[in-house]
Amino acid sequence: MNLFDYVRPQTLAEAVAAGSEPGAAYLAGGTNLLDLMKIGVARPGKVVDITRLPGLDRIEPLDGGGFRIGAMVRNADLARHAEFAAAFPAVAEALLSGASPQLRNAATVGGNLLQRTRCSYFQDPLSACNRREAGAGCDALEGVNGGHAILGWTGACIATHASDFCVPLAALDAVIEIEGPAGRREASMSDLIALPGASGPGGPTLAAGELITALRLPAEGAAYRGHARYLKLRERTSYAFALVSAAAMLDIRDGRIRSARLALGGVAARPWRAAEAETTLLDTVPDDIGFARAASAALDGAEPSGDNAHKIELARRVLTRALSLAAAGTPGQMPALPASVFA
Amino acid sequence: MPDTLTSNVRHVRLGSNAGQPMTRREGLAKVTGQATFAADNRPEGMLYAVLASSGIARGRVTALDTAAALAHPGVVHVMTPANRPALSVDPDSKPTPFTFRTEALQDDTVRYVGHGVALVLGETLEAATEGARLLNPAYEPQPVQIDIDDATLEPAEMVGFGSPAASEKGDVDAGLAAAAHVVETRVDTPRQYHNAMEPHAIVARWDGDRLTLDLPNQAIAMSQAGFAAFFGIPPENVTLNSPYLGGGFGSKASINGPQLLAILAARELARPVKLVLRRDQMFGPVQHRGATRQSLRLGTDAEGRLTALEHHSIATTSRFEDMLEPASRASLNLYATPALRISHDRARTDTGTPGPMRAPGEATGSAALECAMDEAAYAAGLDPLDFRLRNYAETDPETGRPFSAKALRECYAEAAKRFGWAGRPLEPRSMRDEAGRLLGWGMGTALFPAPMFMAEARAVLHADGTAVVEIGASDMGQGAWTALAQIAADGLGLEAGAVELRSGRSGLPNGGVAGGSALTATAGSALFNAGADAISQLVEIATSDPDSPLFGVNEGVEAGNGRLHVTGDPSRGETYAEILVRAGRDRIEGKGTGARPESAGKDHAMFTHGAVFAEVTVDPDLFQVRVTRMIGAFAAGRVINPKMARSQLLGGMVWGVGFALHEEGIHDRRTGRPVNGDLAGYHVPVNADVPMMEALTVHEDDPYVNALGIKGVGEIGITGSVGAIANAVWHATGTRVRSFPIHIGALLAQSS
Repeated sequence: MNLFDYVRPQTLAEAVAAGSEPGAAYLAGGTNLLDLMKIGVARPGKVVDITRLPGLDRIEPLDGGGFRIGAMVRNADLARHAEFAAAFPAVAEALLSGASPQLRNAATVGGNLLQRTRCSYFQDPLSACNRREAGAGCDALEGVNGGHAILGWTGACIATHASDFCVPLAALDAVIEIEGPAGRREASMSDLIALPGASGPGGPTLAAGELITALRLPAEGAAYRGHARYLKLRERTSYAFALVSAAAMLDIRDGRIRSARLALGGVAARPWRAAEAETTLLDTVPDDIGFARAASAALDGAEPSGDNAHKIELARRVLTRALSLAAAGTPGQMPALPASVFA
Repeated sequence: MPDTLTSNVRHVRLGSNAGQPMTRREGLAKVTGQATFAADNRPEGMLYAVLASSGIARGRVTALDTAAALAHPGVVHVMTPANRPALSVDPDSKPTPFTFRTEALQDDTVRYVGHGVALVLGETLEAATEGARLLNPAYEPQPVQIDIDDATLEPAEMVGFGSPAASEKGDVDAGLAAAAHVVETRVDTPRQYHNAMEPHAIVARWDGDRLTLDLPNQAIAMSQAGFAAFFGIPPENVTLNSPYLGGGFGSKASINGPQLLAILAARELARPVKLVLRRDQMFGPVQHRGATRQSLRLGTDAEGRLTALEHHSIATTSRFEDMLEPASRASLNLYATPALRISHDRARTDTGTPGPMRAPGEATGSAALECAMDEAAYAAGLDPLDFRLRNYAETDPETGRPFSAKALRECYAEAAKRFGWAGRPLEPRSMRDEAGRLLGWGMGTALFPAPMFMAEARAVLHADGTAVVEIGASDMGQGAWTALAQIAADGLGLEAGAVELRSGRSGLPNGGVAGGSALTATAGSALFNAGADAISQLVEIATSDPDSPLFGVNEGVEAGNGRLHVTGDPSRGETYAEILVRAGRDRIEGKGTGARPESAGKDHAMFTHGAVFAEVTVDPDLFQVRVTRMIGAFAAGRVINPKMARSQLLGGMVWGVGFALHEEGIHDRRTGRPVNGDLAGYHVPVNADVPMMEALTVHEDDPYVNALGIKGVGEIGITGSVGAIANAVWHATGTRVRSFPIHIGALLAQSS
C-alpha cells in the first residue's frame, strides 16, 4: 500500500481538522478501509484514527423509547445490547446476520453506514468504475453482474449497498449525526447515500472532513418491536453477503396493520425503503395475499441491470416471507441463525 | 494378515499402536502457536519479495516503470525479464516428471491473469507491495479465451498424470440401442481454486552454492531435486524444510515460478528472501481444478442393469500446458456394465495451468456419474441404492481383474442403516420438515484408487530401548506424522511414545509424495520395513549370543513392548536394551522401502470404496439449500489412526458440500480477471453449512494392497458426496441442476 501519515486525534475538533485535509480518510474498525487499501482501491495520504475519540462508543436510550448510538459502537456490542435489541429486534437480527463474529467485533456502526460496495469491478483497480473515477465508465454493465442492482440503478452504476444493518435503519427513519468543518448536521439514510444519476454513480454524500458521530433511532420505531424481522437470502448459510434481504416491521393492533416499515437490501445503491408497499398494508388484516401485494408494489419498477432478473422475483419472495415472519411475531429470543431461512 | 515381513523370523506383532485413535503429535505446538510455518521464518537480513502480477490474460508487457518502483523508499530491487539472472533449466521444460511448465520471467509474454511480470524486493512488505504497484505495466494485449464454452476443442491423448484419455470396452452403441431406458445427462463443473488456509510461501537463503528453503511442500525429495536442477547445484546442496503445511490439496507438490524468482533474488542480492503470495494471487500461478463439461449416456435394461455407460468430458487447461482433469476416468472402475466408453477433449483457455486438486478427476467425474446414476435409477423406477446394488461390480469393469478387497456392500448397508434410508419415497418433493421446508435424500458411491508410490525410511534402535525413525515425508495438516509414527512403532515393537519421528525436511530418506492418498501406505510401509530390518538384526545378535535366553532359537522370535521373546513363550526373552548393551552396540540401524511390487498391481484392482448419504433442506419458495445430515461409510483397508482417518473423511465430505453448493472460481470473460478472488467471494463451507456429519469406517482386510493392508482416506470423502447432495436437492425440489455449484437462482429458474 501507499505511504501515508497516521494520526490519532484526541478531540472531535482535531479529528475533523485532520480529516478535512485532502486525501485524508477516517479509520474506525478498519474492516473495509484496510481491505480497500491493501487492494489499491483506497489510497489515503493520511489516516485519521478515530478509535480513541472520547464519547463515541455509547449506546444511550432516549426519552420515549428511541436510542442514540455512538459511531464507534461495535456491531457486536449493539446487537447484544439487551435493551436495544428488545426495542429494535430487526436491527439486532440484521447486525448478527452480517459478516462473521470476528468482523462484527471490529466493525463499527459509523463505518457500516459508509461501507463501500462489494461490486467486484469497484474492487478491481484495473476495471472501469465510475465510483472510483468519475467518467471512467462501468465494466459491471457487461460483466459478471448476477448480484447487481435491480432498483434505482442507471448506466452510470449498478452496484449495490452490501450492509445488512442499514436495511432496517432505512425502514426506521434513522437519523445520522454528522460533524464537519462547517459544523453539525443531520441526515437520513437517503441523504447519506445517493442513488446513481444520469452520469453520477451515487454513493456516500459526505463532504470532505465530515464524520459520522452518532445514529439516532426515533422512538416511533419501537412500536414495531413485537413484529419485526430481518430476512437474508444467501448462497451459504452464514458469512455471505445477501443475494437479497428484507426488513419487515409491522404495528399490528386489533388484528389490523396500523403501520408498516419495509426495506430491501442487496437490490440498490442504498438500502431500499419501500414506502409505497408500506401504504398498501395500512389498515389491512395481515395475510399472505396482502403481503404478496405489498411485495409486488415494492418491486414495482424493478429492472434487471444485467444477468440478474432472478433477483426481482427473489426480492419479491423474500419480502413476502419477511412480512409473514414479522406478522407471526418477533421471536422470544434471537434465532441461532439470525435472519436465515433456516432460523 | 499375511506375513508382513521379508525376514524369515516372525518377530513382529502388528497392531499395538496401529488402530489407536492417538492425538496429533504436533497438535499442542499448533494450537499454542509454537509450530513454525514457512512464513514464520525471518532470517537476519531478510528481504520481502512481492510478485507483481499481470492484470491481463494474454499478450506482452511493453513497459514497466521500474524507476518509479526503485524510487519508492525501501524498495531494493526489481527483477524483470530484462535483468532476471539465468536459470540452469528453462522453466518451459520439465526437469522432473511432475514439474509443470512454469512462468519465471523468461520473457515478456503474459499467459494469464496473475502471471508474474516482475518481482519486487523491499526492506519491508509494505515497501515491496507499493513498489510492485508502482510498476504500472503497459501491455500489448491479445484476445482472450476464458470460458470453457468459447474454447476450441482438441482431442486429448493423456489426462491427469499420464493416464489414457480414452478407452472403450464392449459395444456401447449396441448397448444403448438395446436399452429399455437411456439417460443422457450433462454436468458442468466450474474452475475451483485450492485456497489452502496457508498461502504459498517461501523463505530462501544461500550460503555459497548451498540453498536453504523454508517451504510448505508435499514432495520434499522430488522438489529438492527439481530446485537443484533449476539452480545447477547438486540435490544435496538444497536443504528443504517443510515441517508444517497449512493445507496443500495438491497445489504444493510441484515447483512454481514465483518460488524460482524468490530463490534467484536471494542469490543475486546475497540476502534471504521471503515471498508469500497474497490471497488474490492464489487464483492464478499456483494451480486450480479445471472446469469441465461432462456428458454421460447410461442405458439400462428392464431389470435396471446397465447395458452401456459412456462418459465424455471437456476440461480446461492453459494454453501452454496440457494438464487435464481426468473426469471421465471416474466411470471406469465402479459399476458393472458390458459396454463402457470414456473420452476427453481439451479446452485451452487463458488461465494458469490446472493441477492436481484433491481427488483430481475423481471429484468432478464422480459428481457427474453419481448424478447420472440417480437419473437412471429414477428412469428405471428403482431406489437409488437398489439400482447401485444391481449394478455392483464384482470385478473391475475396466480391466476385469478381481478387486484386492471391496467392502462396498458393507458401506452401503452401514451408511444406509445409520442414515435411515429405508422407506425413502421414490418421487421427488415427497418430504417436508416440521417447518414445511422441502426435504430430500440422495446418495452417491465413493471411489478412489489405492496407489502406492516409493518411499524409503531409516529406523535406529538405541541401546536405551528408544528409537528414532527418519523419513522425509510431508504432513499437510492431516496428521500423517502421527499415523506414521504409530506404524513405525509397530515395526519396531515399541510403544509410539518411545519412537521419535524425524520428518518434514530433506536430508532424510526419501519419503515420497503426500499425494494420491498414498502417503500412509507408502511411507508407512517404508517405516515398518525399516523397523523390521532393525529387529531382524537384533534377532541375529540375540540368537547368536550364548548369554542371551534367545541363544540358538530358530523356531521363531517375536518382538513387542521393547522385548524379544520366543514365539509361544513370552517368558523366554529379554529387552532390546539388554541385547544391545551386552553386544556393546549403542545402536542398530534398519532400512526399509515402501513400494508395491509391479506384479501386485497386475493381479488385482485396488480401490478404496464408500457410500455417502445426504439430506438437504430446501426453502420451497426461496430455494436456499442446506445440507442438514450427511453420513458416509468407507472401506479403506486397515485404519491406522481412527481419529485422523475420520477427520480426513469428514474433511472430504465437507469439501463435497463446498463442491456441490459453494466453490466456483469466476473470471470475467472479457479480461480473465477473477471477480471473486478472495475468501469473501470464493465461498467454501462455513460451520453453519455442516450441522451434522458422520464418517464411519467398515472393517476391510485387504491382503493384496500392501503388506500392512493400508489404503488411503485423504481424497475419497469428496467422491460420492457431491452427487449425494445434488441428488438430494433433486429429491427435495424435483429440479435437476446440472451445473455446479447449485445456486439459488438456478433452482428458482427451473422451478416454474
